[in-house]
Amino acid sequence: MSTATPLAPRVLRQGRYEAAAMLRNGEQLVLAIVLPLLALAGLVLTPLLDGYSVSRIDIAAPGVLALCTMSTAFTGQGIATGFDRRYGVLRFLSTTPLGKSGLILGKACAVVVVLAVQLVVIGGAALLMGWRPEVAGLAPAILLLALGSAAFTALGLLVAGTLRPEATLAVTNLVWILLAAAGGIILPASQLPVAAEPIVRLLPSAALGDGLRSALVEGQFDLLSCVLLLLWAAAASLAAVRWFKWS
Amino acid sequence: MPHSAAALSIEGLVKDFGPVSSLDGRMVRVLDGVRLSAQPGQVTALLGANGAGKTTTLECAQGLQRPDAGKVLLLGENPYRASPGLRARVGVMLQEGGLPPSVKPMALLKHVASLYTAPLDINALAERLGIADFGAASIRGLSGGQKQRLALACALVGQPEVLFLDEPSAGLDPQSRTIVFELIQELRAAGLAIILTTHLLDDAQKLADYVYIIEAGRTVAEGTVAELTAIEGADDLRELRFDTVPGLTLPPEQMAHLSCAEPEPGRYVLSGHIVPEDISQLAQWWSASGVMPTAISMAPRSLEEVFLEISGRSIR
Repeated sequence: MSTATPLAPRVLRQGRYEAAAMLRNGEQLVLAIVLPLLALAGLVLTPLLDGYSVSRIDIAAPGVLALCTMSTAFTGQGIATGFDRRYGVLRFLSTTPLGKSGLILGKACAVVVVLAVQLVVIGGAALLMGWRPEVAGLAPAILLLALGSAAFTALGLLVAGTLRPEATLAVTNLVWILLAAAGGIILPASQLPVAAEPIVRLLPSAALGDGLRSALVEGQFDLLSCVLLLLWAAAASLAAVRWFKWS
Repeated sequence: MPHSAAALSIEGLVKDFGPVSSLDGRMVRVLDGVRLSAQPGQVTALLGANGAGKTTTLECAQGLQRPDAGKVLLLGENPYRASPGLRARVGVMLQEGGLPPSVKPMALLKHVASLYTAPLDINALAERLGIADFGAASIRGLSGGQKQRLALACALVGQPEVLFLDEPSAGLDPQSRTIVFELIQELRAAGLAIILTTHLLDDAQKLADYVYIIEAGRTVAEGTVAELTAIEGADDLRELRFDTVPGLTLPPEQMAHLSCAEPEPGRYVLSGHIVPEDISQLAQWWSASGVMPTAISMAPRSLEEVFLEISGRSIR
């Protein structure tokens, strides 16, 4: 007779399995690595961010790391979950010792693993391009990245668990483009039209982007951004628990 | 068949789906008092037409759906609140398999095995189910039968005590079917409680120790295949089939107590209380018609006929 593998290794194995699946998928790699690298290069080569910091790369890199978080936790993870749901993979795995909670925790682990790979690759590229982040802001930045991952993972699960996979694909990509362009993630919310700024500031994208910029450019801890991300994570998690459909 | 050591017991199970927009937002009652019990060392079959509620019953038993009323006990526990320990004792093969298309079969099997403390040897299991032959291709490219065998392997790899199989022979070629049926019989002999759904009466007749017929969300009949096919002591209720030239006129008056049909040109089925006198009448009928049958067989009536009698419609 077999018993269940204990919780921690069970969840970690699921995380490793899902992370490997994400990193093997060509489209996901484009979203996770290629597009952020292009964004980084574009922001350094154009005067878009001039006036915010002494160097373009210093203001560009935190925004691109925020973009990475949204790519992996929201769009990539949302699309993968949507199709897993279509193919009955969620239902099958939830009958194994993993269960529904283990499956969700495994997905969160996979997001963390892929994000770590992105931090090394994109952060490494930025350092080569002359990025010098404020050391005092590294700890707040890690906290913000964790809260941002939680908020965007919950939002991705909410979309994937309530819409058809084709609609999830469209919605998560469209939201990614809109937030990347005007969600305060790459371009600071203060650079947006005055009428849009107060609304955009409340979005998780702006909270993460602006929070990371104040940490890594100025070495400050942006409490408001942390609280906003925490609220988004809590609200989206509650909504996902309430409305997520497993089949 | 209530039993204290039942692996699965279901009483008065009710499940509503909806609200359904095409029905003005009303709920649809999919299960309306299903009763079922499955014992270790037995194959229990849920038989019913498409839409009768077989899969929903299994999903409530597997903890995938929350019942609206009734009692479901899987190995003595509520499956909807199953602990990882309970789930480790139960193997599930879903109707559509639940397999991720981009993963390779052996990689998936290895991953599922890693969720259990004492999984089966995946190489031996893959060999047994013929998965090793296609283990390195993506699941996307597999045939329906190959996917079924992989889904069965995933359900078995944790050495479960209870095994749920939703339409296990769907899409199987004859060779795979033999492999899967032999394995099911071995697992039964090893003491597993196997609960399967099927709309193939032939499968149920071959595999099942105990059959529940589900119709419109209710258990309408239950029993062993022998009990179901011989209800009310009708031991002489039989079917006699013969093949000869098509278009014979109806049998003589002396055989009017039997029903006679020609389901396919040249194939005849007589059914009812067949007694030795009927055989001699039959020979006289052939002689008068100037025909000689090319094949004759007689058997107790089939589960299919029982099903038709109970539900008033064909199962397919």
